[in-house]
Order: sequence, then C-alpha cells, then structure tokens
Amino acid sequence: MRQRGRFGDYGGFYVPEILMPALEELEAAFLAARRDPAFRAELKRLLAEYAGRPTPITLCENLSRHAGWPIALKREDLVHGGAHKTNQVLGQALLARRMGKRRLIAETGAGQHGVATAMMGALFGMPTDVYMGALDVERQALNVFRMRLMGARVIPVESGSRTLKDAINEALRDWATNVRDTHYLLGTVAGPHPYPTLVGEFQRVIGREAKRQFAARFGGAPRAVLACVGGGSNAIGLFKDFIPTKAEIHGIEAGGRGLASGAHGATLQKGTPGILHGAYSYLLHDAHGQITETHSVSAGLDYPGVGPEHSALKDAGRARYWSVTDAEALAAFRLLAETEGIVPALESAHAVAGALKLARRYAREAGLAKADWKKKLKQAILVGLSGRGDKDMETARRLFPELG
Amino acid sequence: MSDSRYAAAFARLAAAREGAFVPFTVLGDPDPETSLAVLESFAAGGADMLELGIAFSDPVADGPTIQAADLRALAAGVTPPVALEVLAEFRRRHPELPLGLLLYANLVQRPGPQAFSRRLAAAGADSVLIADLPPEEAAPFARAAKTAGIGLVSMVTPLTRPARLAAIAARGGPYLYVVSRAGVTGRDASLATTAAPLLARLRAVTAIPTLLGFGIGKPAQVRAALAAGATGAISGSAAVEIIARHAPAGRPGPRARRALLAELADFTAAMKAATRRGGA
Repeated sequence: MRQRGRFGDYGGFYVPEILMPALEELEAAFLAARRDPAFRAELKRLLAEYAGRPTPITLCENLSRHAGWPIALKREDLVHGGAHKTNQVLGQALLARRMGKRRLIAETGAGQHGVATAMMGALFGMPTDVYMGALDVERQALNVFRMRLMGARVIPVESGSRTLKDAINEALRDWATNVRDTHYLLGTVAGPHPYPTLVGEFQRVIGREAKRQFAARFGGAPRAVLACVGGGSNAIGLFKDFIPTKAEIHGIEAGGRGLASGAHGATLQKGTPGILHGAYSYLLHDAHGQITETHSVSAGLDYPGVGPEHSALKDAGRARYWSVTDAEALAAFRLLAETEGIVPALESAHAVAGALKLARRYAREAGLAKADWKKKLKQAILVGLSGRGDKDMETARRLFPELG
Repeated sequence: MSDSRYAAAFARLAAAREGAFVPFTVLGDPDPETSLAVLESFAAGGADMLELGIAFSDPVADGPTIQAADLRALAAGVTPPVALEVLAEFRRRHPELPLGLLLYANLVQRPGPQAFSRRLAAAGADSVLIADLPPEEAAPFARAAKTAGIGLVSMVTPLTRPARLAAIAARGGPYLYVVSRAGVTGRDASLATTAAPLLARLRAVTAIPTLLGFGIGKPAQVRAALAAGATGAISGSAAVEIIARHAPAGRPGPRARRALLAELADFTAAMKAATRRGGA
C-alpha cells in the first residue's frame, strides 16, 4: 500500500491476508486513474451522458413556508437509477475495466447500490452478482426485480440479521475466493482502504456541484448542509467541499424506535470505535466486541458501522451527528410528497426530517415569523436528497393503509 | 514459554519423522461442557497441537461451516471469557500440548490488545492468529502479544507476492499459517496445486514451521500437504462438520454426545496416522 488509508485514527485495512493484493492493486489503479486525463474525461462524459449530471438544487417554497426557514434540496434522486449511488459505481466500473477484471460483485441494503451495480454490469458487459440480506430482499422486492431485469443475479443472505452487514460478509467471502478476476464494487465510504477514499472522491461531485449552484442561486455558502448517514457515502459526497466553508455540517442517523430502545442504527451517537468489515471506525458492538443488531425502517441505514471519515469528522467536531426516529422520518416522507410533489427514499426522508427540526430551531432563534422565511435565503439549509422513494412504495403502502 | 511448547513439539515430530496434525474447533461449540470433551477427543486421537477459535458474530474469513459453529457457540452464551475458561480447564489437564487461538480483530480491539493478550496468556494459550489483521495493521497487537508471551501467527496465501512473503516470514512466530488456496475456510475436493510452489518459495526464505490449512479434511490431503513440503496440516471444517452433524441444535443428548466424541477421536487418529512418513 502506498497510503495508510487513515482519517485521523480511523480507517486502515483490517482484512484477511488473501485480500491484500487486490486492495493494493485497486489502490494503485485508483491513484493512477486519478491523474489520467483520459480516465477523468471518460468519467465526466458518463456522469453527464449516462447519469444525467449535474443534478439541480431545488428551493422548496412550500416546505420552507411550513418550517419557517428556507430549505433547498440537492437532487440526487434525479440521477439515473434513482440515487446518488450511480456517481461512484461509474468510477469503480471504469477502474475494474482498467484492471482487467471480468466480473462484478456487490452488497446492497436498500437495493439502490445493487441496482447501480447491475446497471454497470449491463453497461460494461460484465456478469454481476449482488448479495442482499434476505430481510432486505423482502423489503425491497421492486429493486430486486430491477436488478434481475438488468441481468444481475441477486443472492439472498440468510445469516445473522439478514441485512446489509451480512450481505457485506458474503461479498467479502466471494471476493476472497474469486479475487483474481472479480472486482468488489463496495457501495459506500466504509470498508478497507482504499474504498473510503475512492468512493468519497467519486461522490464528491455532489458537493462540488452543490456549492457552485448554491453560490450562484443564493450567494455564499448555506448556513448548514445536512444528509442522512448509514455507511455515509452521500453525506461525505455532499460534505467534503463544504468542510473548508463556514457551513454547519449535520449528519442524520437512523434513530429507529428511539435511541433508548436499543433498536436503531445510530452508530456515531451510541457506538464506540472498533473493527468491522476492514476498517477501524465507530461501531455498534457489545462489551466483548460482538457486533450488535440494528434497526431502521430504512434498509439503507440499517448498518452497525459507518465510514471512517465520519468518525474523524465527529471526533474533530467539524460535523455533528444526531438522529431522527422512524416515525419522524415517515412524517417527513409524507410531508415532502404532499408539499412539494417529491417522494424521497426513506433514507433521504431522515435528512428531510432533520432539516425540518433544524429549520424550526433557526427560525425560533432568529425570532423569524414563518411568512418571512424568504428573508433568509442566503442562510438556507441545503439537504442532500440522496434518492427517490419509488423503491419504498411497497413499504409505504403498508405504513399508510389509509391511502389505499 | 509459548515458543517452548511449539518448539518442543516440532522437535519431537522432526525426530520421529512425522508431520503435525492440528485439528480446529470453535471453543464452546456446541456448548462449553461438550466443547471441553471435544478437545479431549482431539488429544485422545493423537493431535499434536490444537487450533481453537473464539466465536465472532461476523467471521468474514470463514465459510458457512465454521460460521455456523460460531453462531452455535454464541447462542450457547459463549463469550470470550467463557471460551477462555474452556481453554484454561483443558490447559490444566494438558500442560505440554501447544494451543493456538484463531479469532477476529474486534474481539482484541474492544478490551484492548494488552488486556486481551494477558487474558490469553493466563488461560494458557501459546499463540494467536487474528484472521483480519495483515502485518501493516499488526504493530499494537504484536507488541501486546510479545509482552504477554504469546506468539503472533502470520498468514500467507498463494496470492502473496515474493517480497511480501519474505517480509511476513521475517516477522517470525511459532509457525506460519499457509493458506492452500484463495477463498475462505471450507472443505475442498482436491488440495489446490498452488500449495507446493508456495511452500517451496517459503522454504527459500525461512525455516519457520509451516502449517497448511483450508480444505484439508481427509488423510490423503494430509499426506499431500506433507508431500508438498508443509510441516503439518490444519483441519477445521471437517471436524466442525462432525460436531454439526451430531449436535445441530446445541447441547447434544448422551447418546449423540458419545457418538460425536468417538467419531472425533477416530477422525483425529486417522488424520494423525497420515502424518507418519513411510508408515500408514
């Protein structure tokens, strides 16, 4: 390895020896590609022509009026595939091709990363296997169908909590066995080095665009940027370019049934540092180091670990991490649909719920009447809307039976 | 002390022109009491040293057989302290047998490498192999193990490049765990052909004993491992499968328990017999 892959104390590469050559190969390919104008041009072309970038920012007038403070959305729900995941799979698929790999594997929770990887399998003509917890296969039937439609094989994982964590375990096992010709297209800024660095770099396009767009539309930087955090890739993508600005940075974790209930995914608030899936980072585990099971209404946030860069941002105090409950996220999910005609992913609904809380606090502190929200456009809250809610319609139908 | 048990065992085997047979089990599988009897069956069958897992919730380097063993032990309430009690009791009865542990980094990280290494030493362990700890990340763990008198075992694989192989061998330890093929633990129909060239490359750079693991479940595979140049063979999934068959849902009844222990002793004896060069 040329780099230590650390963010402060966090990160590293805690993997079985069999995977070390593949991580070294990936790091070398990434470092070389980053300097290669041809690679950068190809990625830029695909982001524009295939993924549909840049995505707009949308000022939500009705939602802002409702909250009493301006709220704008960075619209990753408009990326091809329906979520921010497409940004970084394009980069990784190009790297896989560059390394001469012939097969792709991936893990997925809510299915969005699986869908994005299936898209790459189709686009690049590579056989693709996607590991998915059996519980998530049930929760996200529509995305399972989409992956199969694009030619990917979806492998349900029955072990453990039957969610994302277990899918990652199986993907790592597959990779250890087939490492010579297979690229593991890891879905978030977690895992061993170089994944947190390279996924973060490929997702950085979100914040780079958002910063420019916000300045052009409202002037300056937003008062706060805010995103949901499971593994944390859409959040890191949005945050990175705002770290040197004055903007407050807020990461919203899955509060599940409440932090006191134990049924949540609030790794940064309730966890302590430990080692899982190749990295040293905050973790939900017991006193002996056994990983604890998590809960969230959103499959994409149902993970006991978190990307190491978030752990470093937390310790440094540069970002604040807090959570909203399942119930609060569902209320925000419905409110955004009703007020703006935008149906967010359940993950993204956590960010919207967080933004509403923050907006009300700002308005209260400023003594601002609700009708005057437009006076504060330069201090808007910018929310990373990481994906659209189409995949969650079955879950939502069960949760809101009164809508038929 | 740790090195001395291994050194004595390897010297004895070399003098007898035998290879080492090393069975693996997860401490506390299927329950602590039966697990202690499983260790006794290994000893009764003639095992030269034991490799013992501490159950972890997410054992990514292991295949489904050993993962299931981990989950059986966890379901039986086997925390690391309980696992080490089983180990300590066995150590009291067998003062000379080398005992190595195999576990995952977070079990060491959570209590802290120093505290955990002291506990291993107090329980009577000679060595530890941390499955998800490559040399680059090993320094704090290595220091703690050394202070506690525990040997830190390194792993090499068929994909390990020559320069890295030499660097890993130079780290020392009581033995090197040589992975026979790419992948996770589990039985294999045939021993991969990658083992012989890997062992030859190792021989050129180190005199540390080599134990070949992954996919070894039959006497013929033990013979093949020794013929390829290994000092000995580790067999994990095959022994664990025997436990799973007799005790699929945890603590077995008296009859199943007798059958389990007898089959494990027979298995161990057959595998051990295959280590006697020129003999059976």
